[in-house]
Amino acid sequence: MATTTQDLKQITLTDLKGKVDPDWCPGCGDFGVLAALQKAMVELQIQPHTVVTISGIGCSSNLPGYIETYGMHTLHGRALAVATGVKLANHDLTVVVTGGDGDGFGIGGNHFIHTMRRNVDLLYLAMDNQIYGLTTGQMSPTSQLGMKTKSTPFGSVEPPIHPISMALAAGATFVARGFSGEQKHLTNLIKQGIQHKGFAFIDVFSPCVTYNLDNTYPWFKQRVKKLEDDPSYDPSSWIAAMGKSQMWGEEIPIGKFFQRTDVPALHEAEPILDEGGPLAHRELGIPADAVKDFIAELM
Amino acid sequence: MKHTFAVSIGGAAGQGVATPGNIFARIFARRGLYLNAYNAYQSIIRGGHTFLTIRTGPEEVTNSGDKIDLLIPLNQDTMDRHLGLLGPGAAVIYNGDNIKPGPVASGVRLCPLPVSDLTHNSRNKVGQNTLAVAAAINMVGIGFQPLEEVLTQQFKRKGDAVVAENVEVARTAYQYATEHFEPFPRPLPMTDHPKAVITGNMALAMGGAAAGVRFYCAYPMSPSTGVLHWMATHARKAGIMVRQVEDEIGVINMAIGAAHTGCRAMCATSGGGFALMTEGLGMSAMIETPVVVIDVQRAGPSTGVPTKTEQGDLWQMLGAGHGDYPRAIATPFDVGDCFKIIPEMFNLADRFQCPGIVLTDLLLSEGTTALDPEDLDFNVKIDRGELITSANGNGTSGNGAGGYKRYLFTESGVSPRAIPGLPGYTHTAATDEHQEDGVLISDEFTNPIKRREMMEKRQRKMVGIEAAVKPPELIGRPDAGVTLIGWGSTMGVIQEAVEMLNEEGITANQLQIRWMVPLHGERIIEILKKSKRTIIVENNYSGQFARYLRSETSFVPDGHIRKYDGEPFMPHHIVEAVKDQLAGRTKLSVPMHEIMV
Repeated sequence: MATTTQDLKQITLTDLKGKVDPDWCPGCGDFGVLAALQKAMVELQIQPHTVVTISGIGCSSNLPGYIETYGMHTLHGRALAVATGVKLANHDLTVVVTGGDGDGFGIGGNHFIHTMRRNVDLLYLAMDNQIYGLTTGQMSPTSQLGMKTKSTPFGSVEPPIHPISMALAAGATFVARGFSGEQKHLTNLIKQGIQHKGFAFIDVFSPCVTYNLDNTYPWFKQRVKKLEDDPSYDPSSWIAAMGKSQMWGEEIPIGKFFQRTDVPALHEAEPILDEGGPLAHRELGIPADAVKDFIAELM
Repeated sequence: MKHTFAVSIGGAAGQGVATPGNIFARIFARRGLYLNAYNAYQSIIRGGHTFLTIRTGPEEVTNSGDKIDLLIPLNQDTMDRHLGLLGPGAAVIYNGDNIKPGPVASGVRLCPLPVSDLTHNSRNKVGQNTLAVAAAINMVGIGFQPLEEVLTQQFKRKGDAVVAENVEVARTAYQYATEHFEPFPRPLPMTDHPKAVITGNMALAMGGAAAGVRFYCAYPMSPSTGVLHWMATHARKAGIMVRQVEDEIGVINMAIGAAHTGCRAMCATSGGGFALMTEGLGMSAMIETPVVVIDVQRAGPSTGVPTKTEQGDLWQMLGAGHGDYPRAIATPFDVGDCFKIIPEMFNLADRFQCPGIVLTDLLLSEGTTALDPEDLDFNVKIDRGELITSANGNGTSGNGAGGYKRYLFTESGVSPRAIPGLPGYTHTAATDEHQEDGVLISDEFTNPIKRREMMEKRQRKMVGIEAAVKPPELIGRPDAGVTLIGWGSTMGVIQEAVEMLNEEGITANQLQIRWMVPLHGERIIEILKKSKRTIIVENNYSGQFARYLRSETSFVPDGHIRKYDGEPFMPHHIVEAVKDQLAGRTKLSVPMHEIMV
């Protein structure tokens, strides 16, 4: 199934336009994430048929239908588990996972932690709006303490989780935060995330203009501060990253918190993949001498 | 009556019941004898009570049978629990130094071994077990040489000294038995065709390897964990990626992800883990990515009895997941069938792009049997169905312009499946309802006509699945007075009960169901309407198969035999229940399990 040179054409934004237009609310932060992802793919000249975009369920999880790559729109919270299977079975594919904060940090929290510790080579774009949008506005794992939603009409008494801290603690090898309102910055992070060999996590502030009237574009614009603007910040320092990850309030850091490149991705660590190419392309069947051994053990 | 011989070894977990069990099994199988081993154990790593019964014979042995010919109690508890089960002709070999027999039926031979004398006061506890095995081998008329070979194999990884010690101890006990114990009247014969000793879990795993599984993942759960163990041990030789996942939800989703790229992917679990997988099964059906899932039943509900057997998950399989979708469900008959069913199920799942479920139970998965090695034929038929694995010029130019439709409407309901990575076939596989090109019709573009068409497209596959699978057949004389109906793992025990009934002049035959979905209800009715009397035999409380059969065919049997105490049927349970029912004493028999394990 080698890709021939005639398949390798110049990729433009038009090539990456999906079969239908997004059905997100006008002004939704997710438009900016989709646009940044498409721009990053154009800048990296990635052939669309070599990419699988995989999502869970939620507003943001509709994204695979809006980009012309192979897509899987899976179950609520399960995108990372599916994506792990895809990447391990065919490590030639570029795997991009998208989804929301409820999908990834709530119902999918278990897979989130374990996919990071395994260092599966994929880009995970969490489109974080701190609210459940598709179910019409209930609190999410990243909703701020005190936030009033339909499920917390008197204000949430639960503190939010810190996805960046969680990612660092779980062993993610690329950890970043973007903002849908900072296109160039986000595109650059996505490019780095795709190129990173291992698990790349980008938590993207993607404001919900319908149900989250607390954490709006202006709210973020006033607060976000790029780590890249601080020449003294060293993204190879896990301790520094952990410290920054807990910052929240008047100043919220965005950018690349942490990256390390000395950990093999899971498919690189797995001896079965040392030779023979992707599992998906291998012939079915077991070598005759192996069969002989299997039966000899039983005799 | 077939010539069989059953030896039971009992002791506390950690006392080394498994080792003598393995030694017996190897010796019997190498003589070309068939065997069935069932280990009644508890969910405890050290202590408790473990009771292993190995029944062997020159003809196929499918179950533990009704009687114990030789008891080897490794502790007093086992002696106390089981001595009363022995009848005339049976023998008990035990450590005469510290185990005392209680009252015993006449004709039962007590064979105490003076263990301290024979081992010269050695503290080697395994040595005691070896003594008993050696005496037993002597009494069943097997020479010392085969025992020496198996002991050497069994202990070789512990070093030459351990091998030598065990062989020496065995020789002493073998000699002691010659001098002091009467041999059994009928020595175990020998054929020149050695058998392979295998468990159901191993057979399921090897069936996966034969089917070309390239991705296996699981979360450990008794009694299915043996599949994971075989896979993990043999992964590199077989070229299979094996992953232990954080939970069964992750398992099914990871397997489907791997399968989506074109691999054959499999996973195994038990009822509780399967419950977590059900949403994933629906995804497999909806995105039309085939996956094979094994459910090894244990006694439920909830955590239930992890080390005991049951046929209690049938309705869970039938109803797994919300909504209607095509699936195939098979229940293998025996350990050999566990091997055969997996490639069959993969071909079906691939051809019809839907989930395939193999439903078995602890009785088979952890049961040991002896097979002709030729029965483990890895040259199986492979049918991947309509799978597009190369861009052959029919590709499109992206954005759906050229028109590859992943969910193309076809008469069979099967749409050619392109795997990711091919230029020209990009599409999105969605768990939301979608139209032929994969675009969602769930949110913005809802459309009752398209929804109906897509439901009918998927469900049309069931017609093909039904045609692809062999309908059940009646086993035995068609004019019998009673037909026993069972499913899956009860094949062997019902068969033996039928033989016993026929020997007693009660004519009986058997209908055993292997495919639950498709059920072939019309064929079943055709068979059963000729039956004089019908009794459904199953290892659960509510008659899950009886209820399913009635729901599909309106058929109501004359009676039921059910068992839900965690232990499998013994042949006499069924025989006695049939007699009770023929005499009009009851329509629902629930046999009492006499062996306290």
